[in-house]
Amino acid sequence: MSETADRVKKIVVEHLGVEADKVTEDASFIDDLGADSLDIVELVMAFEEEFGVEIPDDAAEKITTVKDAISYIDEHKG
Amino acid sequence: MFDLSGMTALVTGASGGIGSSIAQALAGQGARLALSGSNADKLEAFRASLGGDHVALPCDLSDAASVDALVPRAVEALGGRLDILVNNAGVTRDNLAMRMKDDEWDQVIRVNLEAAFRLVRAAAKPMMKARFGRVVSITSVVGTTGNPGQANYAASKAGLVGMSKALAQELASRNITVNCVAPGFIRSAMTDVLPDAQKNALLTRIPAGDLGRGEDIGAAVVYLASREAGYVTGQTLHVNGGMAMI
Repeated sequence: MSETADRVKKIVVEHLGVEADKVTEDASFIDDLGADSLDIVELVMAFEEEFGVEIPDDAAEKITTVKDAISYIDEHKG
Repeated sequence: MFDLSGMTALVTGASGGIGSSIAQALAGQGARLALSGSNADKLEAFRASLGGDHVALPCDLSDAASVDALVPRAVEALGGRLDILVNNAGVTRDNLAMRMKDDEWDQVIRVNLEAAFRLVRAAAKPMMKARFGRVVSITSVVGTTGNPGQANYAASKAGLVGMSKALAQELASRNITVNCVAPGFIRSAMTDVLPDAQKNALLTRIPAGDLGRGEDIGAAVVYLASREAGYVTGQTLHVNGGMAMI
């Protein structure tokens, strides 16, 4: 597992208060992890802070699974 | 009760009549303030008169970029946290609707409503992180009752109420409350110069028999900003001596 994936999963576990083993790469934030739209906004803010990337609104809207987040961050982090 | 020690607040229109009363009330309960206003000299004089460790952040609320920069400036000046946002700044450009110019409409909506939205949007970020926030917008009795010559102003003030209700629902789960205070007629430099006949006519409409004072508004804001008011959100607290009971 990549370092990005570890850190993303840690943030998701902390913010959504879910069990770590539920946070698989295919897990959907809303459908599988019980997030609401405000949780997603918060997660995106947390990712931006953790990785020093900027995730614009149109990109954020496409991030629906854990894998989406990891891929976006890996592609855009400095 | 209503102790604001250790809390920080951004107050717009802070050197104005009602704004200065709000600032004094919040500071009196122990909050540390970022005071914003359009007139830098007046603002600085007010900041100095308040004493304490408050900061003055002049800002033109009709300029979107300046407004967007205000919350980050306040957060930085206040040591990284913003607990309370008071949208108090407001302007009037009164005219009968049929005579109202586009810029009279635009200016009032931009300063009274759009700037408030921009500030809440920016403030929601640090408040969400902190899992605590209090937003209080100063609306007006005329936002509910209407007033001839103030189509723009009444629309902007009613707009604040609707906006606050939507935001209250969005942010309630993060322990952020969003409320309004709606003053009636408050004693100010503007009401002091009214002719006696007009003042008396005004008073017949107010069961309390007197104009309100800035302190009456300050106290209402302190309540809604306090930890104790955490279960009150999406509400408008009318402070008007009974002139309108809504």
